[in-house]
Amino acid sequence: MSTHIARGRIPVTAVETHYPTGADVPYLVEARHVKKYFPIQKGLLNRVVGHVRAVDDVSFGIRPGETFGLVGESGCGKSTLARVILRLQGASGGEVFYEGRDVLKMSGSEVRRLRREMQIIFQDPFGSLNPRFLVRDIIAEPLRVHERMSAKERDERVVELMRLVGLDASRRNRYPHEFSGGQRQRVGIARAIALSPKFVVADEAVSALDVSVQSQVLNLLMKLQRDLGLTYLFIAHGLNVVRHISNRVGVMYLGKMVEVAETDELFRQPLHPYTAALLSAIPRPELNRKRERIVLAGDVPSPANPPSGCRFHTRCPFAQARCREEEPGLREMGSGRVVACHTPLQ
Amino acid sequence: MARTLLEIKDLSTGFITEGGIVKAVDGVSLTVETGQTVCVVGESGSGKSVTSLTVMRLSEYDGGQILGGEVWFQGENLLTKSQKEMRRIRGKRISMIFQEPMNALNPVFTVGDQIAEVVRMHERVTRDAAWARAVEMLRLVGIPEPVLRARQYPHELSGGMCQRVVIAMALVCHPELVIADEPTTALDVTVQAQILDLLRDLQQKFGTAIMLITHDMGVAAEMADRIAVMYAGIIVEEGTVEQIFERPHHPYTIGLLKSIPGFEGERGTELYTIRGNIPNLARLPSGCRFHPRCPFATDRCRQESPPLRKLDEGRKVACWYAEDVAAGRVTGAVTGMDVESTEAVPAELSPGDGQTAVRGAAK
Repeated sequence: MSTHIARGRIPVTAVETHYPTGADVPYLVEARHVKKYFPIQKGLLNRVVGHVRAVDDVSFGIRPGETFGLVGESGCGKSTLARVILRLQGASGGEVFYEGRDVLKMSGSEVRRLRREMQIIFQDPFGSLNPRFLVRDIIAEPLRVHERMSAKERDERVVELMRLVGLDASRRNRYPHEFSGGQRQRVGIARAIALSPKFVVADEAVSALDVSVQSQVLNLLMKLQRDLGLTYLFIAHGLNVVRHISNRVGVMYLGKMVEVAETDELFRQPLHPYTAALLSAIPRPELNRKRERIVLAGDVPSPANPPSGCRFHTRCPFAQARCREEEPGLREMGSGRVVACHTPLQ
Repeated sequence: MARTLLEIKDLSTGFITEGGIVKAVDGVSLTVETGQTVCVVGESGSGKSVTSLTVMRLSEYDGGQILGGEVWFQGENLLTKSQKEMRRIRGKRISMIFQEPMNALNPVFTVGDQIAEVVRMHERVTRDAAWARAVEMLRLVGIPEPVLRARQYPHELSGGMCQRVVIAMALVCHPELVIADEPTTALDVTVQAQILDLLRDLQQKFGTAIMLITHDMGVAAEMADRIAVMYAGIIVEEGTVEQIFERPHHPYTIGLLKSIPGFEGERGTELYTIRGNIPNLARLPSGCRFHPRCPFATDRCRQESPPLRKLDEGRKVACWYAEDVAAGRVTGAVTGMDVESTEAVPAELSPGDGQTAVRGAAK
């Protein structure tokens, strides 16, 4: 196992892209130059006329036991990136290492074993649970697939899991529609941790919940991380939520990672103009209306036809001629921070 | 000078379900003054959308039944009007902005046609004059190349652009009141910032009053002059934006504000939670509707429902102990992790099909 981890730390030969290597801890999960293109097909023969570059050359790493927050607007590729990391989708290029092994090159049986270690919690607590399954069966499904357990053992484990996520285990013989949104999300969490994974992707796991229920689920996620030693990739568009739960945050824009930093650093002093705009655009629940705000012009361009040079230059208030022509690579800015900008904010 | 533009008095709207009539709005009173922005905030199922739809007399099309109350707009009770009379008011004197801009626009007409239609419906103008007004309005809402854009169909525009078109449609006849139901919820944050700025600019320009329905306390803090907090069909607290954010008095408002993770302060700590779930409107708890989730609840709260009473100038609260709660003179049970225990929230109280049915009907 240790040799595997060591392999994960060997730097890639192409060195123009850097990613945080500050801490001495090897990454549990690492993406290197990951690309995911979706073909655009047209006409009678489904000719491929172009590609939507949903994820375009993204590199970053997640350390064991940490929560890595991933933020960005809709269509920036954050969910696609997570699905590629879990190998729910293949990649068009690049490598994904989990404990030093390349996830994208694994055989079918290896991937099945990997599923025990990597799990996902989905956004929609209504759509992600089969309405015809009892809650008991939903939570036990991963156990049935991956573990050799008797029905009694499985039931005991389900009771244990439901207690762990704060659900009343006597309600395990009911259907999902009898549970509220927050409770359903707890069912999804119980299912995700059933196999005691190490790495869990929470894809907008609290975004669909009401505020008063959202904090309950966030507390649960933090408690499970402490008790079970989980590593999270936490995807969300609510920046306050991401700030609260994450150790480090990555910001994506149009298929690119534009900035990665420790959470406090990022919120104190964003280096990328997009991060700064994103932070200033969020209405805050406090009485401070005179806040200086960077309002970006226009909309997010289509990832099928991204702007030349820096993809953000069309909306960037600080764009220069160079930004239109030359694409900025991720640059190390000290203390494990990286930013993809020719003229980072200071 | 500001004067009362809209006065909702003791309004109740219900929906017929298999289990009887469910009151989505139960005795709501609220006033909006000219040029003012009033935010109605609440979680799902609180009745904020149904309130706004009832003011527009649109809830009837979704199976809603007005069970009582009055809605006074400029000296007229809208609830006694026929739908034919309402059609002359909608779009002209009160207009509405919906959450999903893509669904609010008709996909088979150009956006220019749709805006011009509003003008032609309410004013005696020529086709060309209406079209010119539509183009001018598109320019006002910040759409580049409005002449070109007016000839495009909704699918050719982005979500943010569509919401601008919907706003143009709502404001083209210079209504006195605009009801915006979650106008930015479907949009990305950077686009949301643009739209909120636009709404504020246009409000200044036209002097329009805005009734803004939102679940986002941040949006409310930024936009509102006054805020009404709704919970399970009633207003639990109402006051100026300063009163609500500086010193909330209702335990629900306090809990809601406390449970939102902030942008300052310590990270990773356990967040404050309101225990339990939003109640099912078909099976409301006795007494105060919030009592099963309230850390300060007493026997009185379990039995008697507190009225919305006036506290200091401009503030109303529906809580027996509002003064003590705000002053921190009462201590409540500590909310723990195990919030879903059956003891705190009986299975019967969890929102089930009843609530979803109502919500489905309202949208």
